[in-house]
Amino acid sequence: MGCRVRDGVALVTGASRGIGRAAAVRLAADGWPVAVNYRSDAEGAKETVALIESSGGQAVLACGDVSNADGIEETFAAAEAVAPVLVLVNNAGVRRDTLAAMMKRDEWDDVIRTNLDGAFFTSKRALKRMISARWGRIVNVTSVIGLRGNAGQTNYGAAKAGLVGLTKSLALEVAKRGITVNAIAPGLVKTALTEGLGNFDDLAKTMPIGRIVEAEEIAAAIAFFASEDAAAITGQVLCVDGGMTA
Amino acid sequence: MVDAKTVTRDDVLEVIRTELAGFEVSADDVKADASFESLGLDSLDLVELSVRLEDAYGIDIEEDDLKDVWTVDNAIDVILAKVGKS
Repeated sequence: MGCRVRDGVALVTGASRGIGRAAAVRLAADGWPVAVNYRSDAEGAKETVALIESSGGQAVLACGDVSNADGIEETFAAAEAVAPVLVLVNNAGVRRDTLAAMMKRDEWDDVIRTNLDGAFFTSKRALKRMISARWGRIVNVTSVIGLRGNAGQTNYGAAKAGLVGLTKSLALEVAKRGITVNAIAPGLVKTALTEGLGNFDDLAKTMPIGRIVEAEEIAAAIAFFASEDAAAITGQVLCVDGGMTA
Repeated sequence: MVDAKTVTRDDVLEVIRTELAGFEVSADDVKADASFESLGLDSLDLVELSVRLEDAYGIDIEEDDLKDVWTVDNAIDVILAKVGKS
């Protein structure tokens, strides 16, 4: 399962740490050259590249803020120097948690812009090449919070729910071109993004599987959607959440 | 990439004919006044064709450029205008 099947590159946004890093490492292990996108954490992104290269994989740094057009172009310039982007993992995300009644406009805008706008415009940029290749894989990293909600995360929940809608409509648009569009909804995964959500030992006890989910387990699901084995699956949301939404 | 002075409408028509072979469209059917719809192309096909023409001519075709493209002639107009600017 999961072997590279086309002459393209896999672009993972937000790959300097956490789920993005795990996805980049996994896709590289499956044979894809990987473009490691990051916005500001150059050291983290370099670590991701080093991890891949130490295992015999190929990776390039692709710096750019995917919440704006210039950042997306910078990112694709670096990735396409290797090959057309045929696998895209829209993982870049931010959190600006606060109660809706207290939420500032920029706290709403930042989260929508990076988590939802970023995924759409990055997908749009990748699509032309996927369409002409008549093959492509887009995997959007949403969240269980986009499916069931969480107090204090109206911005994040709206962006992640929007990503589910984007996934389904885009999947229908491009299905006849051999392009699949799917989403992964991680539950509680210990990453820098989830720091501050609570004590992880206590949270683990509330999980049906009795532990939190590892980033590598999310990466395995992403790699499956990127594989040829998943060619008949599109427009779907797979919860990798230790049973949170069961 | 392409010398604008040397590109003629017939040249572009020939390139479009070649590219449309990839859509299983017979070259004989690709006439300047033929609509893409009559050739069996849908909007997604038109996007794919535009990418192939971008590569062939080293140009960028934006979504606004495609909004009035219904016939092969319309596409030739877009290409010639873009090549002229490049």
